[in-house]
Amino acid sequence: MTQATLTKTKTDNGVNVEALMGARDALEATPAAAQFKWRTTCHWVNGTHSRSTINSFFGLGEEQGRPRTFTIDADHPEIFAAEDNAPTPAELALTGLASCLMGGVASVAQHRGIQLYSVHATVEGDMDLQGILGIDDEVRNGFGTIRVTFDVDADASKEEIEALVAQSQKRSAIFDCLTNPTNVVVDVA
Amino acid sequence: MNKVTTVIIGAGQSGLAMSQQLTQRSIDHVLLERGDIANSWRTERWDSLRLLTPNWQSRLPGYRYSGPDPDGYMDMPEVIRFLDGYGKHIDAPVETQTKVGSVRQNDGGYRVETDRGTWQCRSVVVATGACNIANVPPLAQQLPSGIDSVTPMQYRNPGQLADGRVLVVGASATGMQLAREIRRSGRDVIMAAGEHVRVPRTYRGHDIKWWMDQCGLLDLRYDEVDDIRRARRVPSLQLAGSPDRATLDINALAEMDIEIVGRLAGLNGGKLLFSGALGNVCALADLKMNRLLDTIDQWVDEHAPDSTTQAPYRFKTTRISSSPRLAIDAARDGVKTIVWATGYRPDHSWLDVPVFDRKGRLQHDGGVTGAPGLYFMGLPFLRRRKSSLIDGAGADALDLADHLQSFLADRSLAA
Repeated sequence: MTQATLTKTKTDNGVNVEALMGARDALEATPAAAQFKWRTTCHWVNGTHSRSTINSFFGLGEEQGRPRTFTIDADHPEIFAAEDNAPTPAELALTGLASCLMGGVASVAQHRGIQLYSVHATVEGDMDLQGILGIDDEVRNGFGTIRVTFDVDADASKEEIEALVAQSQKRSAIFDCLTNPTNVVVDVA
Repeated sequence: MNKVTTVIIGAGQSGLAMSQQLTQRSIDHVLLERGDIANSWRTERWDSLRLLTPNWQSRLPGYRYSGPDPDGYMDMPEVIRFLDGYGKHIDAPVETQTKVGSVRQNDGGYRVETDRGTWQCRSVVVATGACNIANVPPLAQQLPSGIDSVTPMQYRNPGQLADGRVLVVGASATGMQLAREIRRSGRDVIMAAGEHVRVPRTYRGHDIKWWMDQCGLLDLRYDEVDDIRRARRVPSLQLAGSPDRATLDINALAEMDIEIVGRLAGLNGGKLLFSGALGNVCALADLKMNRLLDTIDQWVDEHAPDSTTQAPYRFKTTRISSSPRLAIDAARDGVKTIVWATGYRPDHSWLDVPVFDRKGRLQHDGGVTGAPGLYFMGLPFLRRRKSSLIDGAGADALDLADHLQSFLADRSLAA
């Protein structure tokens, strides 16, 4: 406990917890500002190769631009008769989950005064292709089970690290997306 | 019109404890009770329910359990007798069968309308409890036909339920107890478990409530907690007051062949959809339980090495299937009944005083509201972790009666 107390004052995981807690208080007072919209725009390139660009989002009551536009490609491997220009959308979905949990682990660790030294997450999702290929109607298209393994080196006990990872899941947007149903509305403009 | 200094609404443990405190202070008051003393315990509980707290913990100001079984758990007739006895012991001025229709502020303080007349008073103590309405999620409105919805307020015993499989939604004390009892009646049961608070019934030779009481956890004050709103939302401990003192956790249900699935997350046609986060809610509960046991062990080491002869130990991790079902077709699986053990909320619809926030939640500081002279009691973590327990009524009544007395004195000086 003494060690945790000593390290608490100088924990630096690169997360500004004071700012996050301030934002939490501010958004609690003005719930309209807490309504966000995240966006991505995807363009077909060729074959199964696509390119998404990401810039603006809506939040704090107004459109938010940012200085950089990010680009993420997706494609499929050669065994799918594709050119393997980029990761598959399934791998990007797993990446979204991993990144979301990772950000959560860092933030919760900072809040709890736990110094992180290294954190690795390995994600694996089971998929039965009989689903997307239409071979068996009883097989779903999406992942069967997704397994995430965290390897955390931090100034904390095993139980504290387990609690970090558990709390990160509890507060993760993408973990929620993958574990609970979401309404998805697709239109043609 | 009746005139009195203070009206206490509700004659359960909280209202009676406040009455005792006001009598001590010579503040004239009346308790308005829609039924008889201990009305909720009489009329809104299932047949087999016993208190989650041991008998020795049934303590009220100037009164306590004195029977032969301090470690047992009262059934409902015993609770009713206990509170009736307290009402007589303190000679509480209870107006029974008097249902409050509205409370409004006026120049003199408050005007309380009931079906048996009007009371004008300078202060009001609301002691109507935290469990007036059973929460039922909105998706219950869209259930396919052929499935009965039952709330714990309606449930009495398994004999009421249709034959067939039963889904119990909610893994706190109520849901766990009802799932076990319905399974024992011979029905197939599925438990949909969201976030829950796992605790063992006994640890190192003592009741978990004894440890929590001894370590001071139940006395923790609302102004000593980091995030009181979160603390007030924590679900009830996963406990049952069984005579055999058995622990009632998800492992115990699984051993009875109750299928455990995640939180009920949605409904798609006739399909019930469950969250895939079951593993995490169980991990969170196991971690939290172990932190509680660590606290107890540390307290023993530091303060009371003689309090137990047993060395520390830990309970088995919650075991769940590696791939719990995410969807259940209600018709194909023969689900005939859903029991909504999804919590309770108080009913303050009769209170026409602006003490609610934009979401209709009561705003109060340890039971003291922004409306001068209006107080609340008996809500979760109102002033202490034990505020909603019988054992918590006394300390809160003392604090709030002090506040109420100063309020009346200030008013008298001002007038």
